[in-house]
Amino acid sequence: MDKSPFFSHLRCRECDRQYPKGAVHVCEFDFGPLEAAYDYDSIYKALTRQKILSRPRSMWRYRELLPIENEPTVGVQTGFTPLIRARRLAARLGVEELYIKNDTVNYPTLSFKDRVVSVALSRAKELGIDTVACASTGNLANSVAANAAAAGLRSFVLIPADLEPTKILGSLIFGTNVIGIQGAYDQVNRLCSEIAGRYHWGFVNVNLRPYYAEGSKTMGFEIMEQLGWRLPRHTVVCMASGSLLTKIYKSFQEFSKLGLVEPGESSIYGAQAAGCSPITTAIKNNTEVVKPVAKPHTIAKSLSIGTPADGYYAIRTMKQTGGTAEDCTDEEIIDAIKLLAETEGIFAETAGGVTVACARKLIECGCIPPNESIVLCITGHGLKTQEAVIDKVGQAKLIRPNLKEFESLFEHPIQTN
Amino acid sequence: MAIPVRIPTPLRKLTQNQEVVEAEGTTIRELLECLERTYPGLKERICDDQDQIRRFVNVFLNDEDVRFLDESETAVKSGDEVSIVPAIAGG
Repeated sequence: MDKSPFFSHLRCRECDRQYPKGAVHVCEFDFGPLEAAYDYDSIYKALTRQKILSRPRSMWRYRELLPIENEPTVGVQTGFTPLIRARRLAARLGVEELYIKNDTVNYPTLSFKDRVVSVALSRAKELGIDTVACASTGNLANSVAANAAAAGLRSFVLIPADLEPTKILGSLIFGTNVIGIQGAYDQVNRLCSEIAGRYHWGFVNVNLRPYYAEGSKTMGFEIMEQLGWRLPRHTVVCMASGSLLTKIYKSFQEFSKLGLVEPGESSIYGAQAAGCSPITTAIKNNTEVVKPVAKPHTIAKSLSIGTPADGYYAIRTMKQTGGTAEDCTDEEIIDAIKLLAETEGIFAETAGGVTVACARKLIECGCIPPNESIVLCITGHGLKTQEAVIDKVGQAKLIRPNLKEFESLFEHPIQTN
Repeated sequence: MAIPVRIPTPLRKLTQNQEVVEAEGTTIRELLECLERTYPGLKERICDDQDQIRRFVNVFLNDEDVRFLDESETAVKSGDEVSIVPAIAGG
């Protein structure tokens, strides 16, 4: 089956060797990651702003730029999450034009991973795969489990055993096979790679990775469209493997190349937790060699990847675009989660706290100037990592149903109107 | 002594589709050199021109990434297992 006139082949990012559009992810010659390649001339003729605007409000309105052959069959409603103008947070951070790309309300599992899984599983079905699996720090597992259930696919999700209970529950509920590994994510990864070598399953972030990874671009496409068809001047993204950051950059390049936005300067910044910051550390040490972190230790478990597969490309992207990277402590993450919630009414998971905390530091140090457009990518919902803040938000005030007791709660009388 | 080495799917064309092969040596480097003699072409897929393990390849001794040990000079002994694993995306 070869129906898409736009998605042409897979290509090694290192040596440009071409591969057919199957369930393969690594170049046989240098282990470089394979990436989807497109016929941009055909897309240029086919894809206009008007065409995009005429389509349903989902990530699939950019489908010419996604690596599937036919109409999507999984995650059809995913994406097109709100981009909000964050005026109250902007005031607190001392900047003029701040936006939140709010993937805490992505469909169906409240994280940006629904984007990548929609593409990976739509492609898996095209390739005739009936069992799907993933290595995950939590959010990906939730999304694979939910989307596989809805698509009628068998699924296996492999996670570090010490994940947040809510994230484990958020996979179990869908009737998937949840395998908890006694070890860090990198060890889960290695096992998945070995399993993928033996069973003919579709591992969304192993042999389906070229398809999976492209789904992240839709977050960038939506940001540009929602900004009124323009590039943001500064974008802050949290980093685990670094894949999302590189794909947001790719989305900016593609829209610029296709004339959908005016090309221009657009810097991308990466955010990590201090307890697992191999990419930020490399940037700060001015090297492209990412030193792996053997034992990550942070409340931002969804970002706890000690050996980031796309770290090298993330570093190059930040440098090329004039961006940089920052890290933050667990305490700063919690403060940032509360700041975002109290100013904008958005409850982000720990990874979102990392993004806000690092953006705050980048603004304070002058790396991001106060008078240009800034987008913060918030990637997952706070209800998924309640454990991180449960002791930090106080408790409900308990009284009997009695007006006097109510009023006695407050030092100063409350105005009645 | 022979050490079992797990071969990832992208390299199995070179090992006649064998998932696990055996190699002799006292360090990771010697194992790779031994594999190169039996399966020509294998080493250059794993190591770059400077003889370093490529950026996108992870080599594990038992459960530990050799980057946390002595990289390609990591010592191996009877009873050990080596696994060659391509880097994979986040989750």
